[in-house]
Amino acid sequence: MPVTLPDVKKTWPNAINTVTLGATRDEGGTRTKKVTVGGATALPFHHFEGAMPYPPAIAMEVWDVAPQDWPDVLAEHFRDVWHDPGLWAKKCVEQYGADLICLRLAGCDPVKENRGPQEAAQAVKRVLESVGVPLIVWGTGNDDKDNEIFPAVAEAAAGENCLLGTITEDNYKTLVALCTAYKHKVIAESPCDVNIAKQVNILATDMGFKPEDVVIYPTSAALGYGLEYVYSVMERARLAALRGDKMLSQPMICDIGIEVWGVKEAKASERELPEWGEQKERGPLWEATTAYVYLLAGADILVLRHPKAVASVRETITQLMGDGLR
Amino acid sequence: MILIGERINGSFKDIAQAIKERNKAPIQEWARRQTEAGADYLDVNLGAVSKSADDFRWLIQTVCEAVPTPISIDYNKLDLMKAGLEAYREFGGGRPVIINSTTAEDSKLIPLVELAVQYNAGLIGVVMDERGSPQDVDRRVELGAKIFAVASEAGLTPDRIYLDPIVMPLKFMQEQAKNVLEAIRQFAMISDPPPHISIGLSNICSKAQEKSLINRTFLVMAMAMGCDTAICNVCDQELMNAVATAELILNKEIYSDSYLKAYRKRG
Repeated sequence: MPVTLPDVKKTWPNAINTVTLGATRDEGGTRTKKVTVGGATALPFHHFEGAMPYPPAIAMEVWDVAPQDWPDVLAEHFRDVWHDPGLWAKKCVEQYGADLICLRLAGCDPVKENRGPQEAAQAVKRVLESVGVPLIVWGTGNDDKDNEIFPAVAEAAAGENCLLGTITEDNYKTLVALCTAYKHKVIAESPCDVNIAKQVNILATDMGFKPEDVVIYPTSAALGYGLEYVYSVMERARLAALRGDKMLSQPMICDIGIEVWGVKEAKASERELPEWGEQKERGPLWEATTAYVYLLAGADILVLRHPKAVASVRETITQLMGDGLR
Repeated sequence: MILIGERINGSFKDIAQAIKERNKAPIQEWARRQTEAGADYLDVNLGAVSKSADDFRWLIQTVCEAVPTPISIDYNKLDLMKAGLEAYREFGGGRPVIINSTTAEDSKLIPLVELAVQYNAGLIGVVMDERGSPQDVDRRVELGAKIFAVASEAGLTPDRIYLDPIVMPLKFMQEQAKNVLEAIRQFAMISDPPPHISIGLSNICSKAQEKSLINRTFLVMAMAMGCDTAICNVCDQELMNAVATAELILNKEIYSDSYLKAYRKRG
């Protein structure tokens, strides 16, 4: 006798917010491309249960200064351009197909070169004039320094509809006010804690900032370094969002390159650890594998470094989107 | 928690007068106030003011014009319920709707279930029948199971069925409160997933002094038993705070330090 299986498809009452980055000339910016993320009405890649109208986007990381500590297998791809963030960004877009550029203002970090607001703004302008894709600008993580440099950064990018970050529970007022004034989107950071992720969003929206203009950064960790903990936080946030929690319905960004290229599995050369195999394969693989996991947890924007990781994650996204890819 | 604002009801003097005078302002003001307070639905009830389908139509139109909030159409006669659903179809623009309510009596239950199917509505089923209101747990559960069975048979999924165990005044029928709580617990086991369980909260504090405190204490206890819908005074801030807190304790919402703000912004 044939057995009829019950329909176990899950439908959800709420959708993830849609966030569009970048503004064209008509919209007051100078971008030639815009990127939209979010909009999902089901868990990631559950195309049989709901829509995933936009594929996750890949941002490649560019710095305002030449990095000192990038291992050779990574540095060799950027050494020719990293004296100029504009050229660096151009290479990421033209040669490696980045959807977005994530400019990290590492040079402004007080423990590095402690550059000032004007230099930060200059780097932002260089990237904006060199590429047509939307821009993410990531601060130093030092509250005082970020509050010092972001006024100039937000103004330099006025009208470009960038994604600026990060705000935290303890430091959100300045950047939220700037993003309101100069019409940018904001990254809301929380330390691997879904309760605080929600709290930062409430604090930002309490200032009148639209919840639809926020992207959640739930903190990222490399494979082997707490990734499963981040995964469960992201999963919990996404489930709550789909059930209707408007203060967790924002798309999520994962900052992967910086985490992965700080751990020995990616960083150590085969001279140090010959039993782990070739670093030029191992490093990008570690980065891409970390990214795959976050894709499944609901990441909407992935910040990556290595061109091989970018290519591999791109192919994975295409496969996972299947017919869902527009 | 699904919160249904109770205030647009002809048994309130200001609403009765507004209906008589066809004065939209007080009704629309309550529609807005309850929506801002977080109502998921607005109950709309003519009360004893009128038996006219025209008045009901006007009342529903008045509410639909003011706010986008869905409504629960509240009347105990079939013909007016039908007129109300027709009006809502015209003015509500496809919003969800709840029929409030049927009893377990066949002569009411069967036609109202048909209406719910026809208008794609949710249906509140109050566990009483021709013998009146039940005084114990078993009778409540028996009638709840009957309503559920008839509604399911006709094609209503559990998420469109709202069982109401009949809350009775604490002051006059003190022993019933505990029976209602136990009935809620058993309703939740009728199916998997369970139907909604809805209470008319304000009955509990009828003629009592400490109305607000009794309301919120009872609602929190009912929620712990599995109640997920209440027709209540959504403008009672302390009641809303208690609901928001109970949702956290039941792990239905994610905690944040400013969770009360988040709860108010949830719509």
